[in-house]
Amino acid sequence: MTFLEALLQHSPALVIATPLLSAFLLPLVGRINAKVRDVFALVMLGVTCCFVGLLASDVLSHGPRVYIFGAQNLNVPLVRILFEVDSMGIFMAIITVMLAVIAVIYSWSFLRREDGLDKYYTLLLLVVTSALGMELTGDIFNFFVFLEISCIASCALIAFWVAEGEALEAAFKYIVISSVGALFILFAIGIFYAQYNALNIATLAHLLQFTFLDKFALVILLVSLGMKAGLAPMHMWLPDTYGRAPPSIVLIIMSATLASFYGILRVVFTFYGNVLTTSLRFSLPAHVVIGWILIALAIVSILIGVIMALVQTDLLRLIGYVAVAEIGYMFLAIGASVASLGAPYATVALHGGILHIFNDAVDIGLLFLVAGAIYYVTKKRSLDDISGLARTMKFTTIFFMIGLLAVAGMPPLNGFTSKFLIYESVYQLNPILSIIALLGSILLLAIFVKVLYAAFLGSELPALKGVTEAPKSMLLAMGFLAGFAIFIGLFPNLLLDTLVKPAASALLDHAQYISMVVGGL
Amino acid sequence: MFSLESGSGFWNPLLWILVLVITFLLFYGIRGFGKSTYKKGTEQTKVFLSGNKETTPEEMHIKASNLYWGFTTSMKSLYSVLRKMHSGNTSDYILWFVLVLAVLFLILGVL
Repeated sequence: MTFLEALLQHSPALVIATPLLSAFLLPLVGRINAKVRDVFALVMLGVTCCFVGLLASDVLSHGPRVYIFGAQNLNVPLVRILFEVDSMGIFMAIITVMLAVIAVIYSWSFLRREDGLDKYYTLLLLVVTSALGMELTGDIFNFFVFLEISCIASCALIAFWVAEGEALEAAFKYIVISSVGALFILFAIGIFYAQYNALNIATLAHLLQFTFLDKFALVILLVSLGMKAGLAPMHMWLPDTYGRAPPSIVLIIMSATLASFYGILRVVFTFYGNVLTTSLRFSLPAHVVIGWILIALAIVSILIGVIMALVQTDLLRLIGYVAVAEIGYMFLAIGASVASLGAPYATVALHGGILHIFNDAVDIGLLFLVAGAIYYVTKKRSLDDISGLARTMKFTTIFFMIGLLAVAGMPPLNGFTSKFLIYESVYQLNPILSIIALLGSILLLAIFVKVLYAAFLGSELPALKGVTEAPKSMLLAMGFLAGFAIFIGLFPNLLLDTLVKPAASALLDHAQYISMVVGGL
Repeated sequence: MFSLESGSGFWNPLLWILVLVITFLLFYGIRGFGKSTYKKGTEQTKVFLSGNKETTPEEMHIKASNLYWGFTTSMKSLYSVLRKMHSGNTSDYILWFVLVLAVLFLILGVL
């Protein structure tokens, strides 16, 4: 076995082990020099990227991979954890490492003057580890463990600006919401374990009977993971948290939030994939009921997100509400896909939903970084206190405009590509849904035109006379995301064919996911 | 490679850019017909405010909280409900979680 083959064989473990071990090594490296520590964090994330890339090339060309931690013999009960990596899991892992690398580059300048950066990078790497774990694991209890790690590490990061009372309050809210959600998820896992004596996702999906208790567990998982993903009306923690955490951290928390959304995809399509066509009372198929529940919550998210964002004056909070609306678009696509399972447009909706995960990470991430750059140079959060920044922050203004147009779904940027697929497929399910989605996008444009006018255009305020452009590393991080937004917008098929369609196929073909474990290793 | 198919339609970003470029050239051409003989710094380039005195740019800037005043005022009742909903109290956040759980239990329990 060559070195590369060995790396490939153990890549699922290495994807988790690299950031995890780096997290605990980092305080030691930090003793050498702050610069060495910063570079070390980036290099180790780069190495993680390489392992994710290696694993992605293998999974995309040879199908799902199963990696066993512990006993290889299936007759020995419980003494193992399985990682099952399919195209969907690897798609999410790519988003996670991309956001992490950009967050670290941004942090170099953004947090240059702050203390406690050893702990900051340690916690950042722990959140990355937990998000990757949630995305690659094939074990429901292991998913819960990674979720808990994510909650605790994220909470500490949110409170990074500990001197500000609001940061502590936001962290408190986050830990309460996350803990309640995680406890309910543990309760659902208990229900599965009590009934089927298994914790492996594929095994459970194979055994699931859709009993009353299974329905109970489904509701708990949907609502708890929905709350973690920022689905309305359980979204209130999100603007509070995103509005108070350092913007570089928001990128990392976003990856954990998207991992929770991934959890919902896994629950609906893989866990309950076998029983989605079961007929309930009044001859209603289960997938129609579940799909319309998701659609209803999605519509609430889009409307509440945009309506509340319109009146915000705190830029970070405003983007937080926009993030809620964007989560709504993802749920709308997934809900439409589940409700119309089997119809040709169900797959298109799923493609749109999955592509929108990537676009949301890029566009909302970019807007948070722009908001961070404004805060960095002006030390002001309120839009009422800033004006005319385009005169001095030319690059930041350009990046903001790219983010603005992308989030509002304006062509030819990336946001349009996924929204185009969502509008077209949702229209075929029910035209009213498509109209609401379009209305949401129009309001999103109105919201960001307000920000553009208030922050960047207009006269230069006397208090902001000495303002200069953001530092280079922050511009570089924003430039990466803006570049992605343009590139995906111009070449949508590149991402769609390479990553999105295989991810959608992996979700729809739950039999393959199950057979990888249940069919024998 | 460039054309995105949705099953019921298609989207080609290059086509869109081509349309944008043609539109830009068209408007640039129309702009060329305008007079370029105006004098900078004279009354010709000053804003006409129905005879009122022009204030300083700082005073003229409309703050973000004043934008969309008409929309927010007409939707006052909706905003008062939404503001009450977003109380900032963690107990209320959990209450919403429990409420959604209860409603979904009821829907899937009945069905």
